[in-house]
Amino acid sequence: MSKALLYDATMCIGCKQCEGACAQHNQLPYDDKIAAESVQSDHKYTVVLTKDDKFMRRLCMHCEHPACASVCPVGAFHKTKEGPVVYDVWKCIGCRYCMAACAFSQPKYEWGSLNPRVRKCIMCPDRVVAGKPTACAEICPTGATKFGEREELITEARERIRQNPTTYLDRIYGLHEVGGTCVLILSSAKVEEYGYPSSEKIGDTPMPEYTGRVMDRVPDFIPVWALVLGGIYWISHRREEVAAAEGAGAGNEKKNGSGR
Amino acid sequence: MKIKVTFWRAVFLVIMVLGLYSTYVRYLHGLGAVSNMSDQFPWGFWIGFDCLCGVMLAAGGFCIVGAVYLFNVESLHSVVRPAVLTAFLGYLLFIVGLLFDLGRPWFIWHQLVYMNPHSVMFEVGMCVMAYTTVLFFEFLPNVLERFHLTAPIKWIHKIYPVLIVLGILLSTLHQSSLGSLYLIMPSKLHPFWYTPALPFFFFGSAIAVGLAMTIFESTQSAKAMGRHLELPVLIQLGGALLVALWVNALLRFEDFFHRGMLGQIIKPSYEAYFLWLELLLAFVIPITLLSFKKVRLSPSGLYLASVIALLGFITNRLNVSLIGFETYVGHHYVPKWTEFSVTLMIIAMGFFLFAVAVKYLPIFPEEKPALAQLQQVGSRTMVGTPVLTHAGD
Repeated sequence: MSKALLYDATMCIGCKQCEGACAQHNQLPYDDKIAAESVQSDHKYTVVLTKDDKFMRRLCMHCEHPACASVCPVGAFHKTKEGPVVYDVWKCIGCRYCMAACAFSQPKYEWGSLNPRVRKCIMCPDRVVAGKPTACAEICPTGATKFGEREELITEARERIRQNPTTYLDRIYGLHEVGGTCVLILSSAKVEEYGYPSSEKIGDTPMPEYTGRVMDRVPDFIPVWALVLGGIYWISHRREEVAAAEGAGAGNEKKNGSGR
Repeated sequence: MKIKVTFWRAVFLVIMVLGLYSTYVRYLHGLGAVSNMSDQFPWGFWIGFDCLCGVMLAAGGFCIVGAVYLFNVESLHSVVRPAVLTAFLGYLLFIVGLLFDLGRPWFIWHQLVYMNPHSVMFEVGMCVMAYTTVLFFEFLPNVLERFHLTAPIKWIHKIYPVLIVLGILLSTLHQSSLGSLYLIMPSKLHPFWYTPALPFFFFGSAIAVGLAMTIFESTQSAKAMGRHLELPVLIQLGGALLVALWVNALLRFEDFFHRGMLGQIIKPSYEAYFLWLELLLAFVIPITLLSFKKVRLSPSGLYLASVIALLGFITNRLNVSLIGFETYVGHHYVPKWTEFSVTLMIIAMGFFLFAVAVKYLPIFPEEKPALAQLQQVGSRTMVGTPVLTHAGD
């Protein structure tokens, strides 16, 4: 049972209070200038986008099977049982594979820092563990961002679509995408128009499976390949020894030559 | 001591000065100041060239060692030492490149502590670490021989079968895994280059490049040292290269065919131009060239074909790592001059170290002009020589 966020774009009024609350909780600067920035960055984990008078929030999706956690060579990311995908900065070596691998391009980097960290929404794990909603959900004046149990939020989202089929697109973004995420999105406009990758493109397969298919074979591959290589080495050198012995014993140089 | 100013020494100096300036920018102003990498392009030229191409260009070590020691191709014996030297330097410089690219290089050792066995990067890191150690031991006899230390050479000679098998095993793993790195980006990497066969292609191209690189460096060092070129060896390598290129080309074709890409790759598009360039340089031109017996038997022909093939596979890796992401990101990534400058500095260091090693170590022992003098100096050298002839390989 993991926690999740349901973001209903039709209820969002674009007040950006979630941005401010997020910045405050994560001790990031927030002013009018930053509020006007329409891209996520190392100092802006979530952003409210506007297009044709409709709003859309972007934030880390907190995948059920996060790519960032699977690719990190030092395991700096992990999925908590409560739902948030969190980051242990002290482990990070700065390879940025998480950024390259994330289908939603959520991890951002402190490019200007001399000891840079990966930055992304970590779903207020301290609050979530304490049973409180995330900072963004708590401050949301309209309930557009709602915090709760993932299963319950899915049921609720389905109910909203059923009651207002003309308002909503018949789709919960995040339900199946890359194997399911802990951020679920309801909207009247396509999320793809706000920079989200299309469901067809990212598919339902959990991202770690793409590399897992190969990595799972490595433990079997190593002994088998080592044996094959060792075998080839042994055979080719054995042949040499035999040839040398035969050459020495019988003095048959012709056979010695063809032994190669 | 007088140092003559030559053209190449001047170029080297300029590269080093610019490189050191870029190094200063990198470590005192950060990755953002030194590169055009961004949140959209978290991996830039250093990953694309220094890492992906660097490891590929160092593949000659395991290819030649495998041919000579696993398959008893005795005739290639004379190129084992230069190939191992290139590989050893290549991996050392790859690690240097990594220290530039990693955001927190001072924590590189975390790989050994906080291991994540699911990560392809972890596998690559461990293999590279282990293989560099193997290469160190494969290279060490050169140094020991130089100082006439026969006892340790014998020890290394004893563990040689283990080193050889381990080296090839580790190379198979990480050469292919560099391709596996990109398997997790199916929605980002352009379908021309994203294929489940990436690890196979990275391994296959490493073998072709290993052969081409051995031809390149043999010719280059022969020219630089005024050595006599061993034509039969080059011809043999050229033949193997032709086969390797054909195998790679057919596998690529099969992959395009299998994925129904053939219709798309012939249509002009931004990605198609780069793909054509890659296929032309890696396959079409060198295969055509090497199909002529005249080219296969001439040192300059072999050299030309190898260099073109090398450029082709370099284009391939840059396509996979940079060009293939531009459509997804929506804008171009052009490296900053400081990124090129760091890479150039690392390459220049490679050439410099190779020249130094060749000058002071018995890399090409049979033709070393100094050998005649050494033999006169004392019988001490001669005692060691029979044991050493093969130990260093």
